[in-house]
Amino acid sequence: MPANAAARRSRPPPREVRGGRFWNRPWFEVLQFAVFVGALLGLAVSGAMRMGYNWQWYRIPAYIAEIADGELIWGPLARGLLVTLELTGWSVLLTLAIGLTAALLRLSDSFSGRILAKSYLEVVRSTPLLIQIYLFYFVLGPILGLDRFWVGVLALSVFEGAFAGEVIRAGILAVRRGQWEAGASLGLTRIELYRSVILPQAIPLMLPPLTGIVISLIRNSAIVSVIAVFDLTTEARNIIAETFLSFEIWITVAAIYLAFTVVLSAFATRLEHRVST
Amino acid sequence: MTSRATLIQIEGVSKWFGDFQVLRNVNLQVAERERIVICGPSGSGKSTLIRCINRLEEHQEGRIVFAGRELGPDATDLAQVRREIGMVFQEFNLFPHLTVLENCMLGPTRVLGMTAAEARDRALEFLNRVRIPEQAGKHPGQLSGGQQQRAAIARSLCMQPRVMLFDEPTSALDPVMIKEVLDVMNDLAESGMTMIVVTHEMGFARTVADRVAFMDEGSIVECLPPKQFFSNPSDERTKLFLSQILSH
Repeated sequence: MPANAAARRSRPPPREVRGGRFWNRPWFEVLQFAVFVGALLGLAVSGAMRMGYNWQWYRIPAYIAEIADGELIWGPLARGLLVTLELTGWSVLLTLAIGLTAALLRLSDSFSGRILAKSYLEVVRSTPLLIQIYLFYFVLGPILGLDRFWVGVLALSVFEGAFAGEVIRAGILAVRRGQWEAGASLGLTRIELYRSVILPQAIPLMLPPLTGIVISLIRNSAIVSVIAVFDLTTEARNIIAETFLSFEIWITVAAIYLAFTVVLSAFATRLEHRVST
Repeated sequence: MTSRATLIQIEGVSKWFGDFQVLRNVNLQVAERERIVICGPSGSGKSTLIRCINRLEEHQEGRIVFAGRELGPDATDLAQVRREIGMVFQEFNLFPHLTVLENCMLGPTRVLGMTAAEARDRALEFLNRVRIPEQAGKHPGQLSGGQQQRAAIARSLCMQPRVMLFDEPTSALDPVMIKEVLDVMNDLAESGMTMIVVTHEMGFARTVADRVAFMDEGSIVECLPPKQFFSNPSDERTKLFLSQILSH
């Protein structure tokens, strides 16, 4: 039958099975990767040996946790991580609140609201975070009577809130105009319109860039060590000051930050999946 | 017609987008239960005019009075006016994150303060009227264009508005779906709803409209009962438009 023949011809030809040449085989690609990683490791280890540095990795676990008299005792790094987590947690909440407020102000009809939000963004985005933290600590802290932990939370949130505000604003603007008009035509108030129509559609769009902001918040939280909040970085600096284990401690601390953000990224990916379906 | 109360009064309305004048001194009175079809070439200001009636666009000169309340910059009154005016859009504009049923329940629960159970009963009643009760649990993306537009009509009807505005409701649809939607609009007209419909469907205008308005370059050229409008239009522009639109 000609129709049948045409249908058969319209199907794409089966893909050629990988292989033939040995450099196309999977085992060769795995080998390539192993050689590459091995070379990198070899380079790092030989470099470390030649430095003449006295590596003392065996001392590190005790700074994370140790078992004494059958009891688990958390070391300074673990306690520091807990402070970092707490600091980040509060900062994320405050960042989102500040970001949402800034975004809504910039989208509002109020002239002064828009100016306020715009100048907040410009000031925060154009000055170094380190200097902002000092200003918060030395100027705002005493005025508001905040302790150093909350100064850290506030400074981080104000900094990241500016970026979160832009993300949230972009997400809201990405919702099609017809949605606003349909909601307004039903007689929804502005607040109801945002709550029931706009934000449920905008939030899935915001999640990926907001994850980036949370990760940058975790990394930037290290800067609060300059005002002596006992976070992971401060604890690390203290240990190094006593023991001179600079390389081991900094590598460990970097690995802890990395593990933390990787877990968070994985969680965010799952969340995006759930929200978008 | 004169015996019925005036529901919408448009007096000397003008509007500009920048330097471009979209509406020029438009006058139109719509009585309760009256059905008006507005037609005209694209860019003639038809959509802008009906969007001014529920203030999705703001007019700059003249007066628009809905049920005795003048539309103005006073925003407190606006939500109150809008809940009494149903609006159906060319692109449907259903809320994609909600099911059809939830789309229909949103207004009644959030604006009219009905309980979820009451709103659900009402939503199912109107989904029945537009003949898609079986689609209630689906999301808009799973529906055909004609079903989406009927869902959008049901969503507006759930607010029990005093007038329904239709902004080219069938322009995004293929012929089969156009019929589904026009059937529903016919039913609605028979039930006595006040309707203002911007459309190119001249068959609908002929059978359903009480008056047909022809707009060109931002003004209403003439507004006549359909019999007169189609057989004996007075203005050259109307004749030209009709010859173009009816020739194919």
